[in-house]
Amino acid sequence: MIRVQQEDFDIGAEIARLKAGRTDIGAIVSFTGTVRDRGGAVTEMTLEHYPGMTEAELQRIEAEACARWPLQASLIVHRYGALKPGDNIVLVVTASEHRDAAFEAAKFLMDYLKTRAPFWKRESGPGGTRWVEAAESDDASAAAWKPKRAAE
Amino acid sequence: MRLLYFAWVKEKAGVAAEDIEPPENVATIAELIVWLKTRGPEFANAFARSEVIRAAIDKSHARHDAKIKGAREIAFFPPVTGG
Repeated sequence: MIRVQQEDFDIGAEIARLKAGRTDIGAIVSFTGTVRDRGGAVTEMTLEHYPGMTEAELQRIEAEACARWPLQASLIVHRYGALKPGDNIVLVVTASEHRDAAFEAAKFLMDYLKTRAPFWKRESGPGGTRWVEAAESDDASAAAWKPKRAAE
Repeated sequence: MRLLYFAWVKEKAGVAAEDIEPPENVATIAELIVWLKTRGPEFANAFARSEVIRAAIDKSHARHDAKIKGAREIAFFPPVTGG
């Protein structure tokens, strides 16, 4: 399941909902991305996104993870709007019978989301306002999964 | 067709969305960018580093050599920075 929202999320509540009534799950991995102040340089972060494409892209990314690993459940929640340092940005939860699939799928979801989901961060602080530049290391992390896609 | 702009592409172009009808000979995303750059200094500036601009056709990522015929909505934006 995917959700794009302005409001915060409760990690414990999200995991509880995901596993409610389930006795077949053996491993749950979660990743939470939060706003950093980078040593006081950031006082506010605004996340812009492309409504419609964001949801479609997150669904494509989630479907690809489900095709590659035996996941019993998965969740992506991504926020947009004005955020402060310390605030949650993104939550990824994966559930499977065994830990390897859950760990790997969670990293895959984040690596792909970082390079494909249409979000843009703008940081404000004492030094002014700037759009965050994409990190080449993110492209490398996403590209590292590609060899395994040959079977598609 | 509907054109959408996001993040600094939107700021530099000075527009978030517009309906346009490009000339018949504009067949690809790359050609559309070349044409958009002729529409004024704001667009020339927004698309100056055209190699870094990303595009989407009808809400799916599209390469610069993708054909735009039949597209309802084309979006231009910087490399994404979510997560």
